[in-house]
Amino acid sequence: MEKGKGVMGMGRRWAIDFTDNSTSLASRDIPDPLGFSRASLDQEDSAVTRQKKDAEANWKAQKAWEVAQAPFKNLMMMGFMMWMSGSTVHLFSIGITFSALWQPISALQGVGKVFEPYKDNKVELLVPKLLYIALNLGGLALGVWKLNTLGLLPTHASDWVSSLPPAQEVEYSGGGIPLH
Amino acid sequence: MAIRTFVLLVLFLSSMNLSFSLYEDQVGLMDWHQKYIGKVKHAVFHTQKAGRKRVVVSTEHNVIASLDLRHGDIYWRHVLGADDAIDGIDITLGKYVITLSSGGSILRAWNLPDGQLVWESVLKGSKPSKTMLIVPTSFRVDKENLILAFAEGCLHAVSSVDGEIIWRKDFAAESLDVQQVIQAPGEETIHVLGYLESFQFHAYQINSRKGDEIKHVTVDFPGGFSGDTLLVSGDVLVALDATRSILLTIFFQDGEINFRKTQISSLVDDSHGVVEILPSKLADMFALKTNKFLVLARVTDGGKVELVEKIKEAAALSDAISLSESQQAFALVRHENEKLHFVVKPVHDWNMDLLKEAIKIDNHRGRVHKVFINNYIRTDRSHGFRALIVMEDHSLSLIQQGEMVWCREDGLASVIDVTTSELPVEKDGVSVSKVEQNLFEWLKGHILKLKGTLMLASPEDVAAIQKMRLKSSEKSKMTRDHNGFRKLLIVLTGAGKVFALHTGDGRIVWSLLLQSLRKSEKCDYPTGLRIYPWQVPHHHALDENPSVLVVGRCGPSDDAPGLLSFIDAYTGQELNYLVPVHSVVQVIPLPFTDSTEQRLHLLVDANQRAHLYPRSPEALSIFRPEISNIYWYSVEADNGIIRGHVSKGSCSYNEEDEYCFDPKDLWSVVLPAESEKIVAMGTRKINEVVHTQAKVIADQDVMYKYISRNLLFLATTAPKGSGEIGSATPEESWLVVYLIDTITGRILHRMTHQGSQAPVRAVFSENWVVYHYFNLRAHRYEMSVVEIYDQSRADNKDVLKLVVGKHNLTSPVSSYSRPEVIAKSQSYFFTHSVKAITVTSTAKGITSKQLLIGTIGDQVLALDKRYLDPRRTINPTQAEKEEGIIPLTDSLPIIPQSYVTHALKVEGLRGIVTVPAKLESTTLVFTYGVDLFFTRLAPSRTYDSLTEDFSYALLLLTIAALIVAIFVTWIWSERKELQEKWR
Repeated sequence: MEKGKGVMGMGRRWAIDFTDNSTSLASRDIPDPLGFSRASLDQEDSAVTRQKKDAEANWKAQKAWEVAQAPFKNLMMMGFMMWMSGSTVHLFSIGITFSALWQPISALQGVGKVFEPYKDNKVELLVPKLLYIALNLGGLALGVWKLNTLGLLPTHASDWVSSLPPAQEVEYSGGGIPLH
Repeated sequence: MAIRTFVLLVLFLSSMNLSFSLYEDQVGLMDWHQKYIGKVKHAVFHTQKAGRKRVVVSTEHNVIASLDLRHGDIYWRHVLGADDAIDGIDITLGKYVITLSSGGSILRAWNLPDGQLVWESVLKGSKPSKTMLIVPTSFRVDKENLILAFAEGCLHAVSSVDGEIIWRKDFAAESLDVQQVIQAPGEETIHVLGYLESFQFHAYQINSRKGDEIKHVTVDFPGGFSGDTLLVSGDVLVALDATRSILLTIFFQDGEINFRKTQISSLVDDSHGVVEILPSKLADMFALKTNKFLVLARVTDGGKVELVEKIKEAAALSDAISLSESQQAFALVRHENEKLHFVVKPVHDWNMDLLKEAIKIDNHRGRVHKVFINNYIRTDRSHGFRALIVMEDHSLSLIQQGEMVWCREDGLASVIDVTTSELPVEKDGVSVSKVEQNLFEWLKGHILKLKGTLMLASPEDVAAIQKMRLKSSEKSKMTRDHNGFRKLLIVLTGAGKVFALHTGDGRIVWSLLLQSLRKSEKCDYPTGLRIYPWQVPHHHALDENPSVLVVGRCGPSDDAPGLLSFIDAYTGQELNYLVPVHSVVQVIPLPFTDSTEQRLHLLVDANQRAHLYPRSPEALSIFRPEISNIYWYSVEADNGIIRGHVSKGSCSYNEEDEYCFDPKDLWSVVLPAESEKIVAMGTRKINEVVHTQAKVIADQDVMYKYISRNLLFLATTAPKGSGEIGSATPEESWLVVYLIDTITGRILHRMTHQGSQAPVRAVFSENWVVYHYFNLRAHRYEMSVVEIYDQSRADNKDVLKLVVGKHNLTSPVSSYSRPEVIAKSQSYFFTHSVKAITVTSTAKGITSKQLLIGTIGDQVLALDKRYLDPRRTINPTQAEKEEGIIPLTDSLPIIPQSYVTHALKVEGLRGIVTVPAKLESTTLVFTYGVDLFFTRLAPSRTYDSLTEDFSYALLLLTIAALIVAIFVTWIWSERKELQEKWR
């Protein structure tokens, strides 16, 4: 998908659109060929196009669902990685945990972008979007849970008191056995 | 797979933390060791044969050592036990050094070249007496040489070859106080002379072969004898009568005893005070010491005593040595006007000088205490002399040909107390050329190091690297460094001399013989007690030099007047000294400083009155508002009483002295004298920093430490258990430990160890005490730990409240609020007996702690505090394991790599001092005894800095290589992309 975009964006300098759908005469500077009836074409086409469009919408909805479900695989993968990295704090587990936190966040930031190709007034995108968000939130929760199991979340009293200096004492005393 | 390997690696790395160790090539990088011998008592030269010229000395620190006469280095050295004082040394057969020690009960022979023990004989007598060692001067080896040792009332003849006791004769049965044992060279008769009940003079003649009594003569002298006698020549003895006003000359030749009395006043006109006979053997002459003069007198052939010379200045005399058959000479050394006057005179002619030299000498050495001379034949066949001189500061120096050949600072063998001072801050304006040179050298050094890292270095390079590491100029600079490793160690020695040692290489920066700690009319027996940092400028008084306070006392008793001396820590000048009228039994540094950063101190006198220093109105104005919160306590170890005091108001005995405060007794703890005797106590170090009050335990739970400076640890044993180990049975000995709040006198914790006994050594830090004692039941030493936790704070566990700051954990606490504490404790066996114990201290108290244990083998062992954790169990849970709790074992492990002193020994170890460096991970450790040892420790490894041998060059090289690689690959990728586009 990424690749295709790239080719489209920068590869071609010019293009002709052979499916000219515009119907108004004013916009057309070239007259229609003889015997060509635009109206009949439109009528004839509309059935085909509708079918096509329906198929496309179906396809889009299907794709959107697929995209929406994609984080689930990710989630499983992450879960496996987390299980592998164990519960002690070291470079590897911290790396995994932070990537587990970062991925859902970045994914959530780009929700609109991910579903843009499937935008269609006929396609109901809200549910897949919600699923997508929910799954990503699930991933985030997994990351936070991992952070907690690593003991990196300040949820215990010990996290708040260990930086407190010892209390000052009011009295002061000294002495002992005589110096010798 | 990779992950598991990684995890294993991490686990391996973390387990390495357990042991502190260093590589062979790291020895000497950050530690130094100095060997000393102490103040010399006797010296015997061994210079007859060609080859290595040496002198064998015995010292007051029970050291016998063989020194190189050329450089003063130690060839070999033996430090005998603390109760094995050396009474006499000599050389026999030209190859054995004979020592008589332990009150005359042990006679040993050491091999002269290498100091190995050849034989040892135990001489048994019946009662303690004067000890004498007589070694015949014959050099004929074939003849059976007998060593005569008089000890414990018995005369023993010992074979010098194997130490076998040939015969012994007991004089103790006749209750004879033997004064002299004489054997003239080549004769077979031994004369034993002594007093009976100090008015009857006895002379025995004994056959040296068999020990038979040949003759016994007694003469009564009604005037009585006092003090020591001195043998003047082969048959003449001088002594003093009981009044010390008459000098007795005793002739004992041919079995007859004759007395001759001489009034001392006839020799010296104005002699009052105590007259003493000096022990210098001068052959026909003797020396008397009166209160003003040193009197030299001669016994003429007719038995008359005639005055030779009166010397007014303090002078030291050597024994006479024989130059030839007929000529004998002795040395006289005086110290005046920064010069040492060294005169050698023949015994028979006072007016002649064989040698007269004046040697310039450092003023901080004081008077001459002892002189030992030795002669040699010069190339022109005249006699030359060398002299070994012991000065007032216990230093030992050799003078020869008008100059000081070497000097040993043996005063450092008797360190009493140690403090530290920061070095001056580095000033700007280092010249450019110096920097460039430094930069070049720096680069060169790093390239060498890089070679070493990449294994490209040749053996010479390796040697150069090692030398560079050891002699790095960085560590011996005289300025403060970023990590705080460079400091001045200011030590007070037994001779009253203060030394400043550089922590980098241990050199002496300055030394000062304190005028106030020298014998004077005001002060008979001044002794130094402690040294304290007095002024530590850091913020607004940076331009002032720091200073230290030396506290001393005139005389041995507690109520003797005190001495105070203030010394500039940079220059070593005595800024000021006070000879206060009051006595000093305690010094309490207060937590306040005045505007010049002088710390306020309370000096408590024998009547428990407190005196405030510095004596300035400002100090008083700082102190007065705080007076009701300042407490002091006194421990009377003999009576078993601990008393707490607070100020009642100005002193009643002297209303004008507003710096003096009368005590009011607040509380007292009286221990039952019949069952408990105080044997040890411990408090937290005044300058200890504690980072946190919470201890996080397994499952993120928290326990609150009871951190109080006002806690006293006290250990008592049953009176029977305070003696030596084995003197009490387990049933009649017990050890009781207390934790006492010194403000209120409340006993926070008390615990009894049945069947245990002294000696007890304890260390107190943060909220825990570790103490070491002997368990009579198990026949082993034990170490126990007590940790105290504050229960009244235990409810502070609500995270929300803690987040918004609704807690009372940082509000000031008072001991009167009766905190609820719980104590946890655990005991372990420990293999070694312990001479000293202390704990590492770091700048912020974050780094984990190690106990530093001075073992009986005079080494320092670092033991992780984690081994002494009362929460250890046999099977710790997973969470506890993660917390770092080690499974419980019955004894504490001794890991050979964790000896801080690695292969070295700090002979006669007495104390260990830890000082925090500025770098949190690191602590400086100074150990003193007869030797000095200094090192740097990182109990949790140096987690906050790169190690010394980190290769910066390799790092730079790697970075450069990476940058080049980035550029090359970038160019490649550009090119490739272009080609792709044209395709």
